Amino acid sequence: MTRYVMVADLRRCVGCQTCTAACRHINGTPPGVQWRRVLDMEIGVYPDVHRAFVPVGCQHCSDPPCLDVCPSTATRKRDDGIVTIDYDICIGCSYCAVACPYDARYKVSRAEFAYGGEGMANEQAVFDPRRINVATKCTFCVDRIDAGTAKGLTPGVDPEATPACVNSCIAQALHFGDIDDPDSNVSKLVRDNEHFRMHEELGTNPGFYYLWDAAGEEEK
Amino acid sequence: MRGITPYRQNYWDWRAAGNFMYGGTGSGLIVSSLLALAYGEPTLLHVLIGLVFMGTGLGLVWLEIGRPFRALNVFLHPQRSWMTREGFVATVAFGVGAAAMWFGHALLIAGTAALALLFLYCQAHILQASKGIPAWREPTLAPLIIATGLTEGVAASLALVSAAFTMTMVALVVLLTLRAWSWRRYRLASETGMPTAAARVLAAFSMPFLLLGHVLPLALLIADMALGNRYPALTYFAAVLAFGSGWTFKFMVVRYAAQTQGFAIIHRPARGPRGSGGEGVKPGWGS
Ligand code: SF4
Ligand code: SF4
Repeated sequence: MTRYVMVADLRRCVGCQTCTAACRHINGTPPGVQWRRVLDMEIGVYPDVHRAFVPVGCQHCSDPPCLDVCPSTATRKRDDGIVTIDYDICIGCSYCAVACPYDARYKVSRAEFAYGGEGMANEQAVFDPRRINVATKCTFCVDRIDAGTAKGLTPGVDPEATPACVNSCIAQALHFGDIDDPDSNVSKLVRDNEHFRMHEELGTNPGFYYLWDAAGEEEK
Repeated sequence: MRGITPYRQNYWDWRAAGNFMYGGTGSGLIVSSLLALAYGEPTLLHVLIGLVFMGTGLGLVWLEIGRPFRALNVFLHPQRSWMTREGFVATVAFGVGAAAMWFGHALLIAGTAALALLFLYCQAHILQASKGIPAWREPTLAPLIIATGLTEGVAASLALVSAAFTMTMVALVVLLTLRAWSWRRYRLASETGMPTAAARVLAAFSMPFLLLGHVLPLALLIADMALGNRYPALTYFAAVLAFGSGWTFKFMVVRYAAQTQGFAIIHRPARGPRGSGGEGVKPGWGS
């Protein structure tokens, strides 16, 4: 089996938001819609304060509550673990949005562009009226993955088959790949590092691993 | 802009709240027709008004969805979606309810009441399946939603019965007690299982809800009973309070206690070659 996941190395992320910009550029998401976000989290109390930059977005959960609740079956999970939305079926009820514990879903009621008007060329190129009044979220750049794998490329290794946010990351903090393949880049990263997944206690089985230290160094 | 801490969801507004308000009362009213039926009283109005209320609630949801002309797609996922199940149960309830009104057969009325109860059960589970909103997914909310729907329905039915009046009063006393107990459980759960902002909303709501929505109506009902039903105005006022507090409660839960989950990291990352990780953070929760 294949399960595509994202790995975010929190030690490397500098919060530059290049991934956010890359996602918005390639997907033409309207203002206020960020399928890939980077949170700037403050930890501790003065004088012992730390910051962490935490990339978030759809976690492509293996047990996605958004899929369970969706009355129209617009939300589905593919065999490779990617959770998709069929814009032609979605009724825009937003039930998935309140079911998602990762605040990953959006719904906009009109076409809007970053600088108004008809939008920039990149926005026009990917503008899809089917995305108005329905739920949207990070797709893991599923079209790139499908086009890439059709050419025999490996997602997470070959940029042409890899999500835009991962390609753009200036610090190599974001990684993508098949966690079911023990030899994949992501499997090795997860094996060699201390990691956690967010809100795991909610039973969503998220596909987003956060690295926070080298393996076995918790007591450092 | 969405932040890190839990914020009040804006996906479901007063229209969605209206579905729980109208739907709960409507289904409760239809269930209460069983009391009238037991006393051989007409139940046509219970069923008719109940179905109109349920339909109004669903109509409000229809006004809220982004693609209203695709509304029939709501029926595509009965295997897992409580919203689909609600739609199916409502459709069958409308059919059986229409037949019950036409033929007036006790079995059909009982069948409509059973479907109305199922509808209420679906509504409770619609909220519980919303894992992104801690105040909704809290398991103790489901029985509270059912208890308040029945309470509102029975309170409303007092205006429609005569022979069954005393028994309906007794039912309202029982349901108010049950609702107060369910609220207490929910409130206690909110102290640990919800974002601080949501718990604060519930805490502020608690005392007025208990006093005006339970203690006062119970006192009025018991006073009227003790006085041999000579002052039905007391009972009607109690019913208005029971009904109004139920609607206020649902509006509050759907609109004001509906904080999102927010974000959390279990560990903070190690930074630099000699840096070490540490405790994480869950903004907006606890303290
Ligand atoms: S992160 Fe949210 S939208 Fe994405 S699969 Fe999980 S529940 Fe669904
Ligand atoms: S908004 Fe669309 S994808 Fe989300 S639950 Fe409703 S029908 Fe499903």
